[in-house]
Amino acid sequence: MSAKLDRREVVAALLENRGDLLVVAGLGSTAWDCTAAGDHALTFPMWGAMGQAAMMGLGLALAQPRRRVLVVTGDGEMLMGLGALATIGAQAPKNLSVVVIDNERYGETGMQATHTARGVNLASAARACGFVVARTIGAARELPALRRAIHGARGPVFAAVKVGTVKVPLVLPPREGALLKARFRRALLGEAADSE
Amino acid sequence: MQPSGWPAAVHAALGAARIAVVGYVPDAGLKQLIGLCGSDRAMRAVPLTTEEEGVGLAAGAWLGGARSVLLMQSSGVGNTINALGMVRECRFPFVTIVTMRGEHGEFNPWQVPMGQATPAVFEAMGVVVQSAREAGAVAPAVEAAIRLAYNSYCAVAVLVSQRVIGIKSFQEQLGE
Repeated sequence: MSAKLDRREVVAALLENRGDLLVVAGLGSTAWDCTAAGDHALTFPMWGAMGQAAMMGLGLALAQPRRRVLVVTGDGEMLMGLGALATIGAQAPKNLSVVVIDNERYGETGMQATHTARGVNLASAARACGFVVARTIGAARELPALRRAIHGARGPVFAAVKVGTVKVPLVLPPREGALLKARFRRALLGEAADSE
Repeated sequence: MQPSGWPAAVHAALGAARIAVVGYVPDAGLKQLIGLCGSDRAMRAVPLTTEEEGVGLAAGAWLGGARSVLLMQSSGVGNTINALGMVRECRFPFVTIVTMRGEHGEFNPWQVPMGQATPAVFEAMGVVVQSAREAGAVAPAVEAAIRLAYNSYCAVAVLVSQRVIGIKSFQEQLGE
């Protein structure tokens, strides 16, 4: 078996030259991965509300139909809100991508196996829910195409990127929720963020 | 106002307040309102598989500058609890319209525990609870809730009493 992808390298590659991409990062390791790639006002890193990352992405995609929206989250977080795949499929937002960084573990709680370690295939579930693009990715050579799909393919786009379980250093975003919300809205909406 | 008129009045209030996204889990008592929102081209009605999805949807919509409401039955309120923690921590404006069961003349005992716990659950999570016990009180309560939420960055639940909905039997709920 070939060496597993490094989660930090995957997320950095997907967020490289991100342009005007709007990003929601699911709680735990994926929020730290996005921060390691560069803390950004237009990334909303979650510290809680497990299971809601994909739905945050849907709300954002519906509110901002001209912008591309990317949700980066973990397999455990996605599994907790699996119904969101059906809800997103039913809405079919063309500008939304959901990328699961899948290490088949609950990384913050002791590396217990998730359902994806026992054969549950998230990309198949997304395809069955109507995602236009739905892939499982295991090789670095597939990442440029995924990055292009995030920026330009007709969505909704889904990818489960299989990564290794090597421990990576903590790189933490700001913690205060009201701050994270306000800085995102200011960066996106400008002065309208304060008048609305 | 006719008892059947409150959904139209609430829909008009949502439109006047520029509500653009309406997440919902169906309830018999919300049937008319869901239909009105679904056929309004200025609103995006989003059916959910479970109520907590509506909390993430509302938060994401607000990050993007859009106002929303969540429609649900009282039995779904318990599903939203942990997600409401994000609403509080981030001070997301949040409005939900909840049709009550297990409250006024309920016929299904399984509806009673969550219906009775609904105000306490919301209050425990920092959600302002406002009740509408008459049909004519629903739209004004929704209008005020939207102002409170979006002007003062609050989470507000409008509980529409079972007295207003008027469901007294399973047959009636099915429209028989």
